[in-house]
Amino acid sequence: MTTTVRPGTPQRPSAVRLGLHRATIELKGFFRERDAVAFTFAMPAVILALLGSIFDGVYPGSDVTSAQYLAPSMIAAGVASTTFINLGTGIAADRDDGTLRRLRGAPMPPSAYFIGKILMALVVTVGETVLLLGIAVLAFDLSLPTDPVRWLTFGWVFLLGATACALTGIAASSLAGSARSAGAVMNLPYLVLAFISGVFYTPVGQLPEPLLTVGSLFPLKWMAQGFRSVFLPDSILPQEVVPSWEPGRIALVLAAWCIGGMVLCLTTFRWRGRRSR
Amino acid sequence: MTETPAIRVRGLRRTYGDTVAVAGLDLDVGAGEVVALLGPNGAGKTTTIEILEGHRHRDAGAVNVLGHDPAHADLDWRARIGIVTQDSGDLGELTVHESVSHFAHYYPRPHDPEQVIELVGLTAKATARVRTLSGGQRRRLDVALGIVGRPRLLFLDEPTTGFDPQARRRFWDLIRQLAGAGGCTILLSTHYLQEAEALADRVAVIVGGRIVADATPAALVGRATARTVVRWSDGRQETDDPAALIATLTTRYGGAVPELTVSRPSLEDVYLDLIGDGS
Ligand SMILES: Nc1ncnc2c1ncn2[C@@H]1O[C@H](COP(=O)(O)OP(=O)(O)OP(=O)(O)O)[C@@H](O)[C@H]1O
Ligand SMILES: [Mg+2]
Repeated sequence: MTTTVRPGTPQRPSAVRLGLHRATIELKGFFRERDAVAFTFAMPAVILALLGSIFDGVYPGSDVTSAQYLAPSMIAAGVASTTFINLGTGIAADRDDGTLRRLRGAPMPPSAYFIGKILMALVVTVGETVLLLGIAVLAFDLSLPTDPVRWLTFGWVFLLGATACALTGIAASSLAGSARSAGAVMNLPYLVLAFISGVFYTPVGQLPEPLLTVGSLFPLKWMAQGFRSVFLPDSILPQEVVPSWEPGRIALVLAAWCIGGMVLCLTTFRWRGRRSR
Repeated sequence: MTETPAIRVRGLRRTYGDTVAVAGLDLDVGAGEVVALLGPNGAGKTTTIEILEGHRHRDAGAVNVLGHDPAHADLDWRARIGIVTQDSGDLGELTVHESVSHFAHYYPRPHDPEQVIELVGLTAKATARVRTLSGGQRRRLDVALGIVGRPRLLFLDEPTTGFDPQARRRFWDLIRQLAGAGGCTILLSTHYLQEAEALADRVAVIVGGRIVADATPAALVGRATARTVVRWSDGRQETDDPAALIATLTTRYGGAVPELTVSRPSLEDVYLDLIGDGS
């Protein structure tokens, strides 16, 4: 037979290469599902447009309108939605429709799957962020900072926040028993957190103490605070919980969630659905 | 090519709650062999196959597939296995070609994706989205994805469900080609007795999670031993040597024997008998 292979040759492709491959496949799959694309992008944008036009007024002691205050927080909520919800429901669907089973049957290093998912979520999140920034600038006169230091802050808050939410979303996908329940399972914590993190309810300093305490345990509150520190003047600080942007604490909490999310992923991830084990 | 069996199963058990799906199953599949699993719905075929694939865990028993325990197999082992599961609903938004060439990337020595698509007869649908495929076409894609990695051992769980007769014949040719020139070992489950008869070196019948018969299709219908029934317009006779009887009859009638039929118990008769009509 000519099919005999010398041991060790040829090599299976590396996890990174396969991860990049998966990312293109994931992106194709995502963008071809038109209605899902439309609603994923539209949800935070519509909420920003609605809440931004409902509330008006300027915060005392500053020239920040309530719409401008809302915008950076909505960007944080947008990041959470395109990472946490997108990955949580997407992976639950993969588990349900046999995608995971088929991939497990192939010689795919598990990390390739996660690299693909996270790269896909990152691309979608960047798109969402640009969309929300566009709405904030065009409709609500948010001015973009010129100071590169602020953009640097934007960069690390974005990366840490998106990673923390992505990993938590991957871990949370295992909570959903099926693809059909996943939407509800993922949206409940998301909506609750959006309220108690001072995104839908502004300004954050006005939240009742117990809710604030709970909200402060999760990454959304800190990501929103980080983005406000990028786009809002310091004159708005009296509306915050403490009159400081607390960059050190933001970095600490988001990094802790990245690590915790990673541990959760590694310990709770299920390749198989509850129906077939 | 190899002396050790490709699959060796001893005392395999699997229960789901109170349901005993596999109840002490023994099975050997030699390297290069094509074995068909037959059995009524719920007999435990899928459970058995998925345990051998490493997709489900087992409660007891010894399982060896290509030298490894599938429950703890690595990626190199996976690269030598091809899997076609009983059902699938993934890949919807990708095209046929994208799906096959994507999966080709995982394997060290894949077949050419175009060639595989041609082999399963999907060339005309290569650029169609998977969700637009008909049931049988989807099934053919599953087969394409199962073989694109050039497996040494191929699991096929009811691969031809939904195939039209022509596609089924074509699939049979493909399987013979894989098993023959390709040297691939194949374990397939099927409800089509004709398919088992056409493809399998050996047929294993599962009932209630146990193998109740395991033999070549010919041996199973007892062709080697059972008596053939010869019927004609005014007679009927059981014989071990139908050719001789027909020759005698031909001389007696001085030509064609009127209404001559020669029948043997079919695999279906034997199968229905094995599983017991009630089950
Ligand atoms: N995930 C599961 N949870 C509970 N019971 C299961 C599960 N999978 C299979 N069973 C049960 O185990 C038994 C064997 O099922 P299996 O799918 O192995 O049968 P099968 O021989 O493949 O049947 P079919 O010909 O219908 O495909 C059945 O009684 C089935 O109800
Ligand atoms: Mg089955």
